[in-house]
Amino acid sequence: MQLRVSIDRAGYDQSATISDIHFNLQEGQLLAVIGPNGSGKTTLIRAISQVLPYIQGQLFINGTDLFQTSENSRARLIAVVPQSTYVPPSFLVREVVLMGRTPYMNWNGKASGEDEIFVREAMEQTDVEKFKDQLCGELSAGERQRVILARALAQNTPVLLMDEPTSHLDLRYQIEFLELTKTLSLNDGKTVLVAMHDLNLAARFGDVFLAMKNGTTDAFGSAQDVLLPEKLSEIYGLAVRVIKLPDGGSTAVIPQ
Amino acid sequence: MRKFTRPLLLCFAVLVIAVFLSIGVGSVAIPPKEALEVLLNTMEDTAPASDSTRTYQTILLTLRLPRTILMMMTGAALAGSGCAYQGLFRNPLADPYLIGAASGAGLGAIISLTLGWPASAFSYLTVPLTAFLCALLTVFLVFQLAKVRKSLPVTNLILAGVAVSSFATALTSFLLINASGELRRALVWLLGGSTMAGWKPVLGQLPFALIGLLGLLTFAYQLNVLQFGDEQARQLGINVNRARTKIVIFATLSTAAAVAFTGVIGFVGLIIPHIFRRITGGDMRRLLPISMVGGAVFLVLADVIARILVAPQELPVGIITSLCGAPFFLFILRRSKEKDW
Repeated sequence: MQLRVSIDRAGYDQSATISDIHFNLQEGQLLAVIGPNGSGKTTLIRAISQVLPYIQGQLFINGTDLFQTSENSRARLIAVVPQSTYVPPSFLVREVVLMGRTPYMNWNGKASGEDEIFVREAMEQTDVEKFKDQLCGELSAGERQRVILARALAQNTPVLLMDEPTSHLDLRYQIEFLELTKTLSLNDGKTVLVAMHDLNLAARFGDVFLAMKNGTTDAFGSAQDVLLPEKLSEIYGLAVRVIKLPDGGSTAVIPQ
Repeated sequence: MRKFTRPLLLCFAVLVIAVFLSIGVGSVAIPPKEALEVLLNTMEDTAPASDSTRTYQTILLTLRLPRTILMMMTGAALAGSGCAYQGLFRNPLADPYLIGAASGAGLGAIISLTLGWPASAFSYLTVPLTAFLCALLTVFLVFQLAKVRKSLPVTNLILAGVAVSSFATALTSFLLINASGELRRALVWLLGGSTMAGWKPVLGQLPFALIGLLGLLTFAYQLNVLQFGDEQARQLGINVNRARTKIVIFATLSTAAAVAFTGVIGFVGLIIPHIFRRITGGDMRRLLPISMVGGAVFLVLADVIARILVAPQELPVGIITSLCGAPFFLFILRRSKEKDW
Protein backbone atom coordinates (compact mmCIF):
# COMPACT_ATOMS: atom_id res chain seq x y z
CA MET A 1 0.00 0.00 0.00
CA GLN A 2 1.10 3.49 -0.62
CA LEU A 3 2.01 5.65 2.33
CA ARG A 4 1.92 9.38 1.70
CA VAL A 5 3.50 11.51 4.39
CA SER A 6 3.30 15.26 4.19
CA ILE A 7 4.07 16.82 7.54
CA ASP A 8 4.29 20.59 7.70
CA ARG A 9 4.84 20.89 11.41
CA ALA A 10 4.53 18.43 14.31
CA GLY A 11 5.62 18.21 17.91
CA TYR A 12 4.61 18.12 21.53
CA ASP A 13 3.16 21.64 21.42
CA GLN A 14 2.94 24.62 19.05
CA SER A 15 6.71 24.94 18.94
CA ALA A 16 7.04 21.99 16.61
CA THR A 17 10.08 19.74 16.79
CA ILE A 18 9.86 18.48 13.21
CA SER A 19 8.84 20.29 10.07
CA ASP A 20 8.63 19.96 6.29
CA ILE A 21 8.88 16.22 5.81
CA HIS A 22 7.24 15.06 2.62
CA PHE A 23 7.63 11.68 0.95
CA ASN A 24 5.75 8.85 -0.68
CA LEU A 25 6.45 5.18 -0.15
CA GLN A 26 5.20 2.54 -2.54
CA GLU A 27 3.91 -0.87 -1.57
CA GLY A 28 6.73 -3.14 -0.49
CA GLN A 29 9.30 -0.40 -0.04
CA LEU A 30 11.57 -0.26 2.98
CA LEU A 31 12.54 3.23 4.07
CA ALA A 32 15.52 3.65 6.37
CA VAL A 33 15.37 6.87 8.38
CA ILE A 34 18.81 7.96 9.48
CA GLY A 35 20.15 10.96 11.31
CA PRO A 36 21.94 11.90 14.52
CA ASN A 37 20.40 11.83 18.00
CA GLY A 38 17.70 14.45 18.37
CA SER A 39 17.21 14.84 14.64
CA GLY A 40 13.53 13.94 14.95
CA LYS A 41 13.36 10.28 13.89
CA THR A 42 11.26 9.22 16.85
CA THR A 43 9.04 12.28 16.55
CA LEU A 44 8.45 11.44 12.89
CA ILE A 45 7.30 7.93 13.81
CA ARG A 46 5.09 9.33 16.54
CA ALA A 47 3.65 11.83 14.08
CA ILE A 48 2.81 9.17 11.49
CA SER A 49 1.23 6.94 14.15
CA GLN A 50 -0.54 10.08 15.43
CA VAL A 51 0.31 9.92 19.08
CA LEU A 52 1.64 13.47 19.04
CA PRO A 53 -0.51 16.25 20.45
CA TYR A 54 0.30 18.67 17.64
CA ILE A 55 0.43 17.67 13.97
CA GLN A 56 -0.14 19.78 10.87
CA GLY A 57 -0.06 18.20 7.47
CA GLN A 58 -1.50 15.26 5.62
CA LEU A 59 -1.16 11.52 6.05
CA PHE A 60 -2.67 9.07 3.62
CA ILE A 61 -2.52 5.32 3.27
CA ASN A 62 -3.89 4.32 -0.13
CA GLY A 63 -6.17 7.31 -0.17
CA THR A 64 -7.38 6.85 3.42
CA ASP A 65 -6.93 10.07 5.32
CA LEU A 66 -5.36 9.07 8.62
CA PHE A 67 -6.61 12.23 10.30
CA GLN A 68 -10.18 11.15 9.61
CA THR A 69 -9.96 7.54 10.81
CA SER A 70 -10.69 6.19 14.27
CA GLU A 71 -7.97 4.74 16.50
CA ASN A 72 -9.26 1.31 15.72
CA SER A 73 -9.15 1.55 11.93
CA ARG A 74 -5.77 3.26 12.10
CA ALA A 75 -4.42 0.36 14.13
CA ARG A 76 -5.50 -1.95 11.30
CA LEU A 77 -3.37 0.08 8.89
CA ILE A 78 -0.27 0.96 10.91
CA ALA A 79 1.62 -1.11 13.46
CA VAL A 80 4.43 0.42 15.48
CA VAL A 81 7.47 -1.03 17.20
CA PRO A 82 8.29 1.85 19.55
CA GLN A 83 11.71 2.66 20.86
CA SER A 84 10.85 2.26 24.49
CA THR A 85 9.42 -1.21 24.64
CA TYR A 86 7.88 -0.98 28.07
CA VAL A 87 5.97 -4.18 28.69
CA PRO A 88 3.98 -4.73 31.87
CA PRO A 89 5.92 -7.47 33.69
CA SER A 90 2.91 -9.43 34.86
CA PHE A 91 1.70 -10.42 31.40
CA LEU A 92 2.69 -13.58 29.58
CA VAL A 93 4.52 -13.29 26.29
CA ARG A 94 1.66 -14.86 24.32
CA GLU A 95 -0.83 -12.52 25.98
CA VAL A 96 1.22 -9.53 24.84
CA VAL A 97 1.49 -10.84 21.28
CA LEU A 98 -2.26 -11.43 21.23
CA MET A 99 -2.77 -7.77 22.11
CA GLY A 100 -1.62 -6.99 18.59
CA ARG A 101 -5.04 -8.28 17.61
CA THR A 102 -6.77 -5.60 19.69
CA PRO A 103 -8.16 -3.69 16.67
CA TYR A 104 -9.88 -6.86 15.47
CA MET A 105 -11.24 -8.06 18.81
CA ASN A 106 -14.41 -7.20 20.71
CA TRP A 107 -14.64 -5.13 23.90
CA ASN A 108 -13.56 -8.07 26.03
CA GLY A 109 -10.58 -9.00 23.86
CA LYS A 110 -11.98 -12.35 22.80
CA ALA A 111 -9.63 -14.05 20.36
CA SER A 112 -11.01 -15.79 17.27
CA GLY A 113 -9.38 -18.72 15.48
CA GLU A 114 -8.01 -16.26 12.96
CA ASP A 115 -6.44 -14.21 15.75
CA GLU A 116 -4.74 -17.33 17.10
CA ILE A 117 -3.32 -18.12 13.65
CA PHE A 118 -1.83 -14.65 13.25
CA VAL A 119 -0.38 -14.82 16.76
CA ARG A 120 1.21 -18.22 16.20
CA GLU A 121 2.68 -17.14 12.89
CA ALA A 122 4.06 -13.91 14.35
CA MET A 123 5.67 -15.81 17.24
CA GLU A 124 7.26 -18.29 14.84
CA GLN A 125 8.65 -15.53 12.64
CA THR A 126 10.23 -13.66 15.52
CA ASP A 127 11.45 -16.77 17.31
CA VAL A 128 9.63 -16.00 20.57
CA GLU A 129 7.62 -19.24 20.66
CA LYS A 130 10.01 -20.93 23.04
CA PHE A 131 9.28 -18.44 25.80
CA LYS A 132 5.66 -17.71 24.98
CA ASP A 133 4.49 -18.93 28.40
CA GLN A 134 7.01 -16.86 30.31
CA LEU A 135 6.27 -13.61 32.13
CA CYS A 136 7.47 -10.53 30.33
CA GLY A 137 9.23 -9.39 33.50
CA GLU A 138 11.61 -12.32 33.12
CA LEU A 139 12.76 -11.39 29.63
CA SER A 140 15.92 -9.65 28.53
CA ALA A 141 15.69 -6.36 26.67
CA GLY A 142 16.35 -8.08 23.36
CA GLU A 143 13.71 -10.72 23.94
CA ARG A 144 11.25 -8.01 24.88
CA GLN A 145 12.00 -6.21 21.65
CA ARG A 146 11.21 -9.36 19.69
CA VAL A 147 7.96 -9.80 21.61
CA ILE A 148 6.94 -6.29 20.62
CA LEU A 149 7.84 -7.03 17.01
CA ALA A 150 5.75 -10.19 17.18
CA ARG A 151 2.87 -8.09 18.49
CA ALA A 152 3.29 -5.64 15.61
CA LEU A 153 3.33 -8.49 13.09
CA ALA A 154 0.23 -10.05 14.63
CA GLN A 155 -1.45 -6.71 14.03
CA ASN A 156 -1.22 -7.63 10.33
CA THR A 157 -1.05 -4.10 8.93
CA PRO A 158 0.06 -2.97 5.48
CA VAL A 159 2.33 -0.35 7.04
CA LEU A 160 4.94 -1.05 9.72
CA LEU A 161 6.84 1.67 11.59
CA MET A 162 9.87 0.73 13.66
CA ASP A 163 11.91 2.96 15.92
CA GLU A 164 15.39 1.59 16.53
CA PRO A 165 14.04 -1.95 16.56
CA THR A 166 17.45 -3.57 16.77
CA SER A 167 18.98 -1.43 19.52
CA HIS A 168 18.86 -4.23 22.10
CA LEU A 169 19.56 -7.15 19.77
CA ASP A 170 22.77 -9.06 19.30
CA LEU A 171 24.38 -9.25 15.87
CA ARG A 172 22.58 -12.41 14.81
CA TYR A 173 19.15 -11.19 15.78
CA GLN A 174 19.83 -7.76 14.27
CA ILE A 175 20.39 -9.37 10.91
CA GLU A 176 17.57 -11.89 11.34
CA PHE A 177 15.20 -9.16 12.44
CA LEU A 178 15.94 -6.93 9.48
CA GLU A 179 15.96 -9.84 7.06
CA LEU A 180 12.53 -10.79 8.30
CA THR A 181 11.40 -7.21 7.81
CA LYS A 182 12.84 -7.22 4.32
CA THR A 183 11.04 -10.47 3.50
CA LEU A 184 7.78 -9.02 4.77
CA SER A 185 8.17 -6.01 2.53
CA LEU A 186 9.16 -8.10 -0.51
CA ASN A 187 6.72 -11.00 -0.14
CA ASP A 188 3.74 -9.51 1.69
CA GLY A 189 4.07 -6.06 0.18
CA LYS A 190 4.34 -4.38 3.59
CA THR A 191 5.48 -0.80 3.47
CA VAL A 192 8.11 -0.42 6.17
CA LEU A 193 9.69 2.61 7.81
CA VAL A 194 12.67 1.93 10.07
CA ALA A 195 14.55 4.51 12.07
CA MET A 196 18.08 3.28 12.64
CA HIS A 197 21.47 4.36 13.88
CA ASP A 198 23.55 1.69 12.22
CA LEU A 199 24.33 3.05 8.79
CA ASN A 200 25.77 -0.26 7.59
CA LEU A 201 22.53 -2.05 8.38
CA ALA A 202 20.57 0.81 6.86
CA ALA A 203 22.61 0.58 3.66
CA ARG A 204 22.14 -3.17 3.52
CA PHE A 205 18.38 -3.29 3.97
CA GLY A 206 16.97 0.05 2.85
CA ASP A 207 15.33 0.61 -0.55
CA VAL A 208 15.02 4.32 0.02
CA PHE A 209 16.60 6.58 2.60
CA LEU A 210 15.53 9.62 4.54
CA ALA A 211 18.30 11.56 6.20
CA MET A 212 17.09 13.89 8.92
CA LYS A 213 18.82 16.79 10.55
CA ASN A 214 17.43 19.32 13.05
CA GLY A 215 13.93 17.96 12.67
CA THR A 216 13.66 18.26 8.94
CA THR A 217 14.51 16.45 5.70
CA ASP A 218 18.13 16.70 4.76
CA ALA A 219 18.02 14.22 1.93
CA PHE A 220 15.57 11.71 0.55
CA GLY A 221 16.18 9.15 -2.16
CA SER A 222 18.10 6.05 -3.11
CA ALA A 223 21.46 5.01 -1.69
CA GLN A 224 23.27 6.88 -4.45
CA ASP A 225 21.50 10.09 -3.47
CA VAL A 226 21.73 9.87 0.31
CA LEU A 227 24.59 7.63 1.40
CA LEU A 228 27.30 9.94 0.15
CA PRO A 229 30.41 10.61 2.23
CA GLU A 230 30.09 14.40 2.06
CA LYS A 231 26.36 14.27 2.94
CA LEU A 232 26.84 11.88 5.88
CA SER A 233 29.82 13.85 7.14
CA GLU A 234 27.71 16.99 7.13
CA ILE A 235 24.72 15.36 8.84
CA TYR A 236 26.67 13.67 11.61
CA GLY A 237 29.38 16.29 11.90
CA LEU A 238 32.05 13.63 11.47
CA ALA A 239 34.15 12.70 8.48
CA VAL A 240 33.17 9.29 7.07
CA ARG A 241 34.16 7.08 4.19
CA VAL A 242 31.62 5.10 2.20
CA ILE A 243 33.14 1.94 0.78
CA LYS A 244 31.67 -0.51 -1.69
CA LEU A 245 32.74 -3.89 -0.44
CA PRO A 246 34.30 -6.26 -2.98
CA ASP A 247 31.54 -8.86 -2.41
CA GLY A 248 29.31 -6.86 -4.72
CA GLY A 249 26.24 -5.27 -3.18
CA SER A 250 27.15 -4.21 0.34
CA THR A 251 28.18 -0.76 1.37
CA ALA A 252 30.16 0.05 4.48
CA VAL A 253 30.20 3.40 6.22
CA ILE A 254 33.34 3.91 8.26
CA PRO A 255 34.22 6.94 10.40
CA GLN A 256 37.58 8.41 9.53
CA MET B 1 0.02 -17.61 38.84
CA ARG B 2 -2.61 -17.87 36.13
CA LYS B 3 -5.41 -19.55 38.01
CA PHE B 4 -8.85 -18.10 37.82
CA THR B 5 -11.90 -20.38 37.88
CA ARG B 6 -10.97 -22.32 40.99
CA PRO B 7 -9.96 -19.29 43.09
CA LEU B 8 -13.13 -17.53 41.96
CA LEU B 9 -15.32 -20.47 43.00
CA LEU B 10 -13.42 -20.68 46.26
CA CYS B 11 -14.05 -16.98 46.85
CA PHE B 12 -17.75 -17.46 46.26
CA ALA B 13 -17.78 -20.41 48.65
CA VAL B 14 -16.03 -18.36 51.34
CA LEU B 15 -18.46 -15.53 50.65
CA VAL B 16 -21.42 -17.82 51.38
CA ILE B 17 -19.80 -18.92 54.64
CA ALA B 18 -19.02 -15.32 55.55
CA VAL B 19 -22.60 -14.27 54.87
CA PHE B 20 -24.02 -16.99 57.12
CA LEU B 21 -21.49 -16.06 59.78
CA SER B 22 -22.45 -12.41 59.46
CA ILE B 23 -26.19 -13.02 59.75
CA GLY B 24 -25.67 -15.56 62.53
CA VAL B 25 -23.41 -13.62 64.86
CA GLY B 26 -24.77 -11.07 67.32
CA SER B 27 -26.61 -10.66 70.57
CA VAL B 28 -29.01 -13.34 69.38
CA ALA B 29 -27.06 -16.11 67.66
CA ILE B 30 -28.82 -17.61 64.68
CA PRO B 31 -27.42 -20.97 63.50
CA PRO B 32 -26.96 -21.36 59.72
CA LYS B 33 -29.69 -24.01 59.50
CA GLU B 34 -32.31 -21.75 61.05
CA ALA B 35 -31.09 -18.79 59.04
CA LEU B 36 -31.47 -20.74 55.83
CA GLU B 37 -34.92 -21.88 56.90
CA VAL B 38 -36.02 -18.32 57.60
CA LEU B 39 -34.66 -17.11 54.28
CA LEU B 40 -36.41 -19.88 52.37
CA ASN B 41 -39.65 -19.29 54.25
CA THR B 42 -39.49 -15.60 53.45
CA MET B 43 -38.84 -16.28 49.81
CA GLU B 44 -41.77 -18.68 49.64
CA ASP B 45 -43.84 -16.29 51.72
CA THR B 46 -44.83 -18.92 54.26
CA ALA B 47 -45.53 -17.95 57.84
CA PRO B 48 -42.86 -18.60 60.48
CA ALA B 49 -43.31 -21.92 62.23
CA SER B 50 -42.70 -20.76 65.78
CA ASP B 51 -42.09 -17.69 67.92
CA SER B 52 -38.36 -18.20 67.89
CA THR B 53 -38.24 -18.30 64.10
CA ARG B 54 -40.42 -15.19 64.07
CA THR B 55 -37.80 -13.39 66.16
CA TYR B 56 -35.08 -14.76 63.91
CA GLN B 57 -36.95 -13.51 60.90
CA THR B 58 -37.26 -10.00 62.30
CA ILE B 59 -33.59 -9.81 63.24
CA LEU B 60 -32.44 -11.27 59.93
CA LEU B 61 -34.60 -9.29 57.60
CA THR B 62 -34.54 -5.89 59.24
CA LEU B 63 -31.03 -5.81 60.68
CA ARG B 64 -28.45 -8.35 59.74
CA LEU B 65 -29.25 -9.22 56.15
CA PRO B 66 -29.36 -5.62 54.86
CA ARG B 67 -26.20 -4.81 56.77
CA THR B 68 -24.42 -7.85 55.35
CA ILE B 69 -25.48 -6.97 51.84
CA LEU B 70 -24.36 -3.39 52.37
CA MET B 71 -20.94 -4.63 53.48
CA MET B 72 -20.72 -7.01 50.52
CA MET B 73 -21.45 -4.28 48.01
CA THR B 74 -19.14 -1.82 49.73
CA GLY B 75 -16.29 -4.31 49.78
CA ALA B 76 -16.81 -5.16 46.14
CA ALA B 77 -17.03 -1.48 45.19
CA LEU B 78 -13.87 -0.49 47.09
CA ALA B 79 -11.80 -3.44 45.84
CA GLY B 80 -13.09 -3.06 42.29
CA SER B 81 -12.38 0.64 42.09
CA GLY B 82 -8.99 0.19 43.78
CA CYS B 83 -8.08 -2.44 41.21
CA ALA B 84 -9.15 -0.17 38.36
CA TYR B 85 -7.23 2.84 39.74
CA GLN B 86 -4.10 0.74 40.13
CA GLY B 87 -4.38 -0.43 36.55
CA LEU B 88 -5.24 2.97 35.19
CA PHE B 89 -2.43 4.86 36.89
CA ARG B 90 -0.08 1.90 36.47
CA ASN B 91 0.77 2.36 40.10
CA PRO B 92 0.52 -0.21 42.88
CA LEU B 93 -0.16 2.53 45.42
CA ALA B 94 -3.19 3.99 43.75
CA ASP B 95 -6.35 3.31 45.68
CA PRO B 96 -9.54 5.25 46.32
CA TYR B 97 -7.91 6.96 49.33
CA LEU B 98 -4.55 7.78 47.91
CA ILE B 99 -5.85 9.57 44.85
CA GLY B 100 -8.42 11.49 46.83
CA ALA B 101 -11.61 9.92 45.52
CA ALA B 102 -12.68 8.66 48.94
CA SER B 103 -12.01 11.92 50.80
CA GLY B 104 -13.79 13.78 48.04
CA ALA B 105 -16.76 11.44 48.33
CA GLY B 106 -16.70 11.92 52.10
CA LEU B 107 -16.77 15.68 51.69
CA GLY B 108 -19.65 15.43 49.26
CA ALA B 109 -21.62 13.18 51.56
CA ILE B 110 -21.06 15.52 54.51
CA ILE B 111 -22.11 18.54 52.46
CA SER B 112 -25.27 16.72 51.57
CA LEU B 113 -25.86 15.62 55.16
CA THR B 114 -25.26 19.05 56.74
CA LEU B 115 -27.48 20.77 54.24
CA GLY B 116 -30.22 18.58 55.57
CA TRP B 117 -30.99 16.86 52.30
CA PRO B 118 -31.30 13.45 53.92
CA ALA B 119 -34.53 14.66 55.46
CA SER B 120 -36.04 14.99 52.03
CA ALA B 121 -37.59 12.22 50.02
CA PHE B 122 -34.56 11.98 47.76
CA SER B 123 -32.13 11.39 50.61
CA TYR B 124 -30.82 8.11 49.31
CA LEU B 125 -30.18 9.68 45.96
CA THR B 126 -28.68 13.01 46.95
CA VAL B 127 -26.01 11.72 49.33
CA PRO B 128 -24.35 9.37 46.83
CA LEU B 129 -24.81 11.85 44.00
CA THR B 130 -23.07 14.70 45.80
CA ALA B 131 -20.48 12.20 47.01
CA PHE B 132 -19.92 11.13 43.41
CA LEU B 133 -19.63 14.66 42.06
CA CYS B 134 -17.20 15.74 44.78
CA ALA B 135 -15.15 12.58 44.30
CA LEU B 136 -14.96 13.17 40.57
CA LEU B 137 -13.90 16.76 41.16
CA THR B 138 -11.19 15.65 43.58
CA VAL B 139 -9.81 13.00 41.22
CA PHE B 140 -9.80 15.50 38.38
CA LEU B 141 -7.98 18.01 40.56
CA VAL B 142 -5.37 15.45 41.65
CA PHE B 143 -4.93 14.37 38.05
CA GLN B 144 -4.40 17.93 36.84
CA LEU B 145 -2.05 18.83 39.68
CA ALA B 146 0.06 15.72 39.25
CA LYS B 147 0.31 15.90 35.49
CA VAL B 148 3.56 17.03 33.94
CA ARG B 149 2.79 17.63 30.29
CA LYS B 150 1.40 14.27 29.26
CA SER B 151 2.97 11.99 31.80
CA LEU B 152 1.83 11.26 35.32
CA PRO B 153 4.83 10.79 37.62
CA VAL B 154 4.18 8.53 40.58
CA THR B 155 5.56 10.89 43.20
CA ASN B 156 3.47 13.78 41.87
CA LEU B 157 0.37 11.63 41.98
CA ILE B 158 0.98 10.66 45.60
CA LEU B 159 1.82 14.20 46.68
CA ALA B 160 -1.17 15.72 44.90
CA GLY B 161 -3.42 12.96 46.23
CA VAL B 162 -2.28 13.50 49.80
CA ALA B 163 -2.58 17.28 49.55
CA VAL B 164 -6.01 17.32 47.97
CA SER B 165 -7.22 14.60 50.34
CA SER B 166 -6.08 16.61 53.36
CA PHE B 167 -7.81 19.66 52.00
CA ALA B 168 -11.05 17.75 51.50
CA THR B 169 -10.76 16.18 54.95
CA ALA B 170 -10.18 19.61 56.50
CA LEU B 171 -13.26 20.96 54.77
CA THR B 172 -15.20 17.94 56.01
CA SER B 173 -14.08 18.60 59.59
CA PHE B 174 -14.99 22.26 59.26
CA LEU B 175 -18.49 21.36 58.10
CA LEU B 176 -18.83 18.82 60.90
CA ILE B 177 -17.90 21.35 63.57
CA ASN B 178 -20.39 23.84 62.23
CA ALA B 179 -23.16 21.34 61.80
CA SER B 180 -25.45 21.18 64.81
CA GLY B 181 -28.35 18.82 64.46
CA GLU B 182 -26.85 16.40 62.01
CA LEU B 183 -23.49 16.35 63.74
CA ARG B 184 -23.80 13.12 65.68
CA ARG B 185 -25.16 11.20 62.78
CA ALA B 186 -22.51 12.49 60.40
CA LEU B 187 -19.73 11.81 62.83
CA VAL B 188 -20.71 8.20 63.33
CA TRP B 189 -20.98 7.83 59.61
CA LEU B 190 -17.52 9.28 59.16
CA LEU B 191 -16.02 6.69 61.46
CA GLY B 192 -17.18 3.96 59.17
CA GLY B 193 -20.00 2.69 61.29
CA SER B 194 -22.87 1.54 59.14
CA THR B 195 -25.42 3.36 61.21
CA MET B 196 -28.02 3.53 58.55
CA ALA B 197 -29.89 0.37 59.26
CA GLY B 198 -32.52 -1.32 57.17
CA TRP B 199 -32.97 -1.74 53.47
CA LYS B 200 -32.96 1.91 52.44
CA PRO B 201 -29.18 2.29 52.23
CA VAL B 202 -28.95 -1.03 50.40
CA LEU B 203 -31.43 0.14 47.80
CA GLY B 204 -29.73 3.51 47.64
CA GLN B 205 -26.31 2.01 47.09
CA LEU B 206 -27.32 -0.73 44.69
CA PRO B 207 -27.73 1.25 41.46
CA PHE B 208 -24.54 3.26 41.96
CA ALA B 209 -22.40 0.28 42.85
CA LEU B 210 -23.93 -1.85 40.12
CA ILE B 211 -23.41 0.71 37.35
CA GLY B 212 -19.89 1.46 38.57
CA LEU B 213 -18.77 -2.14 38.86
CA LEU B 214 -20.42 -3.44 35.69
CA GLY B 215 -19.03 -0.43 33.85
CA LEU B 216 -15.54 -1.25 35.09
CA LEU B 217 -15.90 -4.87 33.98
CA THR B 218 -16.66 -3.78 30.43
CA PHE B 219 -13.37 -1.88 30.36
CA ALA B 220 -11.25 -4.73 31.73
CA TYR B 221 -9.62 -5.54 28.41
CA GLN B 222 -8.90 -1.91 27.58
CA LEU B 223 -7.30 -1.58 31.02
CA ASN B 224 -5.00 -4.44 30.02
CA VAL B 225 -3.89 -2.61 26.90
CA LEU B 226 -3.52 0.65 28.85
CA GLN B 227 -0.87 -1.10 30.96
CA PHE B 228 1.51 -0.53 28.05
CA GLY B 229 1.24 3.23 28.42
CA ASP B 230 -0.73 5.74 26.41
CA GLU B 231 1.40 5.67 23.32
CA GLN B 232 1.40 1.92 22.76
CA ALA B 233 -2.28 1.65 23.71
CA ARG B 234 -3.17 4.22 21.10
CA GLN B 235 -1.05 2.47 18.48
CA LEU B 236 -2.95 -0.72 19.30
CA GLY B 237 -6.23 0.98 18.48
CA ILE B 238 -7.51 2.15 21.87
CA ASN B 239 -9.10 5.56 22.16
CA VAL B 240 -7.05 6.32 25.25
CA ASN B 241 -8.71 9.53 26.39
CA ARG B 242 -12.21 8.16 26.10
CA ALA B 243 -11.33 4.88 27.79
CA ARG B 244 -9.53 6.62 30.64
CA THR B 245 -12.32 9.12 31.26
CA LYS B 246 -14.91 6.37 31.43
CA ILE B 247 -12.80 4.19 33.70
CA VAL B 248 -12.26 7.11 36.08
CA ILE B 249 -16.00 7.82 36.09
CA PHE B 250 -16.98 4.21 36.79
CA ALA B 251 -14.29 3.72 39.43
CA THR B 252 -15.22 6.97 41.14
CA LEU B 253 -18.89 6.05 41.02
CA SER B 254 -18.07 2.78 42.80
CA THR B 255 -15.98 4.58 45.41
CA ALA B 256 -18.69 7.16 46.00
CA ALA B 257 -21.32 4.43 46.35
CA ALA B 258 -19.20 2.79 49.02
CA VAL B 259 -18.25 5.93 50.93
CA ALA B 260 -21.69 7.55 50.82
CA PHE B 261 -23.33 4.70 52.72
CA THR B 262 -20.64 3.23 54.92
CA GLY B 263 -18.24 6.07 55.54
CA VAL B 264 -14.50 5.83 55.57
CA ILE B 265 -13.25 2.28 55.24
CA GLY B 266 -9.58 2.12 54.36
CA PHE B 267 -7.24 -0.46 52.94
CA VAL B 268 -9.76 -2.65 51.09
CA GLY B 269 -9.10 -1.02 47.74
CA LEU B 270 -5.37 -1.28 48.22
CA ILE B 271 -4.76 -4.78 49.54
CA ILE B 272 -7.43 -6.91 47.90
CA PRO B 273 -6.27 -6.35 44.30
CA HIS B 274 -2.68 -6.94 45.39
CA ILE B 275 -3.48 -10.26 46.97
CA PHE B 276 -5.37 -11.51 43.94
CA ARG B 277 -2.82 -10.16 41.49
CA ARG B 278 -0.51 -12.80 42.90
CA ILE B 279 -3.04 -15.52 42.17
CA THR B 280 -4.55 -14.56 38.85
CA GLY B 281 -1.84 -12.40 37.29
CA GLY B 282 -2.26 -8.94 35.81
CA ASP B 283 -5.09 -9.65 33.36
CA MET B 284 -7.87 -7.32 34.46
CA ARG B 285 -10.51 -9.60 32.98
CA ARG B 286 -9.67 -12.00 35.79
CA LEU B 287 -8.31 -9.61 38.40
CA LEU B 288 -11.25 -7.20 38.44
CA PRO B 289 -14.08 -9.70 39.04
CA ILE B 290 -12.17 -11.79 41.55
CA SER B 291 -11.08 -8.65 43.45
CA MET B 292 -14.71 -7.61 43.73
CA VAL B 293 -15.74 -10.95 45.23
CA GLY B 294 -12.65 -10.94 47.46
CA GLY B 295 -13.40 -7.42 48.65
CA ALA B 296 -16.94 -8.48 49.55
CA VAL B 297 -15.63 -11.45 51.57
CA PHE B 298 -13.05 -9.31 53.34
CA LEU B 299 -15.46 -6.59 54.38
CA VAL B 300 -18.20 -8.98 55.54
CA LEU B 301 -15.67 -10.80 57.72
CA ALA B 302 -14.20 -7.52 59.00
CA ASP B 303 -17.70 -6.42 59.94
CA VAL B 304 -18.29 -9.64 61.86
CA ILE B 305 -15.09 -9.01 63.83
CA ALA B 306 -16.11 -5.40 64.40
CA ARG B 307 -19.34 -6.60 65.96
CA ILE B 308 -17.97 -9.33 68.23
CA LEU B 309 -14.66 -7.88 69.40
CA VAL B 310 -16.05 -5.53 72.05
CA ALA B 311 -19.61 -6.89 72.11
CA PRO B 312 -22.19 -5.68 72.92
CA GLN B 313 -20.61 -2.53 71.55
CA GLU B 314 -19.56 -2.21 67.94
CA LEU B 315 -16.33 -0.96 66.46
CA PRO B 316 -16.32 1.01 63.22
CA VAL B 317 -15.44 -1.52 60.56
CA GLY B 318 -12.78 0.82 59.14
CA ILE B 319 -10.67 0.21 62.26
CA ILE B 320 -10.77 -3.53 61.66
CA THR B 321 -9.89 -3.33 57.97
CA SER B 322 -6.83 -1.27 58.74
CA LEU B 323 -5.83 -3.32 61.79
CA CYS B 324 -6.03 -6.61 59.89
CA GLY B 325 -5.23 -5.25 56.50
CA ALA B 326 -1.97 -3.46 57.12
CA PRO B 327 -0.01 -6.31 58.73
CA PHE B 328 -1.40 -8.87 56.33
CA PHE B 329 -0.48 -6.68 53.42
CA LEU B 330 3.07 -6.23 54.69
CA PHE B 331 3.34 -9.98 55.22
CA ILE B 332 2.29 -10.64 51.62
CA LEU B 333 4.70 -8.01 50.33
CA ARG B 334 7.64 -9.38 52.28
CA ARG B 335 6.98 -12.96 51.30
CA SER B 336 6.73 -12.32 47.63
CA LYS B 337 9.91 -12.31 45.62
CA GLU B 338 8.07 -11.69 42.45
CA LYS B 339 8.23 -8.35 40.74
CA ASP B 340 4.71 -7.64 39.74
CA TRP B 341 4.83 -4.04 38.68
